[in-house]
Amino acid sequence: MIFSLTVYGAPFSNQCSDTAYQFASSLLKQGHSLHRVFFYHDGVYNGSVLATPPQDERNIQASWSQLAQQYDLDLVVCVAAGLRRGMLDETEADRYEQPAHNLASGFTLSGLGQMVEAAMVSDRMITFGA
Amino acid sequence: MTDTEHKKPKPKKLLFLNRRAPYGCSLPREALDAVLMASAFGQQVTLVFLDDGVFQLKKKQDPADIEMKNLSKTFAALEMYGVNEIYVEQASMQKRGLTLAQLLIPAQFIATQELSLMLEQQDQVLSF
Repeated sequence: MIFSLTVYGAPFSNQCSDTAYQFASSLLKQGHSLHRVFFYHDGVYNGSVLATPPQDERNIQASWSQLAQQYDLDLVVCVAAGLRRGMLDETEADRYEQPAHNLASGFTLSGLGQMVEAAMVSDRMITFGA
Repeated sequence: MTDTEHKKPKPKKLLFLNRRAPYGCSLPREALDAVLMASAFGQQVTLVFLDDGVFQLKKKQDPADIEMKNLSKTFAALEMYGVNEIYVEQASMQKRGLTLAQLLIPAQFIATQELSLMLEQQDQVLSF
């Protein structure tokens, strides 16, 4: 089955990002396909490479990046929701003349069209954090 | 039928479920952006307002003092985007003392049981 996930919650604030990650991880292990994970609303913070949790805690961003590398995943941070909240890649940082960028490897910034496209091509679209 | 038309995928039935009051949280605004995008992609869009979400459609919103953009103009533009399937859950409206006449765009009542049926008939439900 083809899945896509949307994630609205910020990591470490509530369970939503962890549950989404665990769900993604499980469905891939079971041989399903994951078309896209779309990070929207506060979910965009999942892609910040600057998150620095204590060493004895899980690092949610690092877990996503690792999963993306292992399964060649499409992790999309909504560009409009992301820019507002300070989630920038190098291109956007240049464009808006910002002093830094923080989008982790394995994540890309893209538009809401990616969310709609995921809804169109997936058998199941699951929302985390609504 | 031309070749292009033949290849065009059938629009999906996408239902947007809105459950939050219009301004304490940015999800209603972000939901509306997603609705417009889905409509631009030619999908079959349905909007349902449930719980405090019914307040999103109330007339005479003026969030200027809290420095928020008014959602009402975008709701008013939905018809232009071909989004006409707009429902408010009847019990949510009654609990909050709202009538259809107090809403800024035409919407239909839907009973809880009918809503369950409607959700089953969708290709995807997007919750906000």
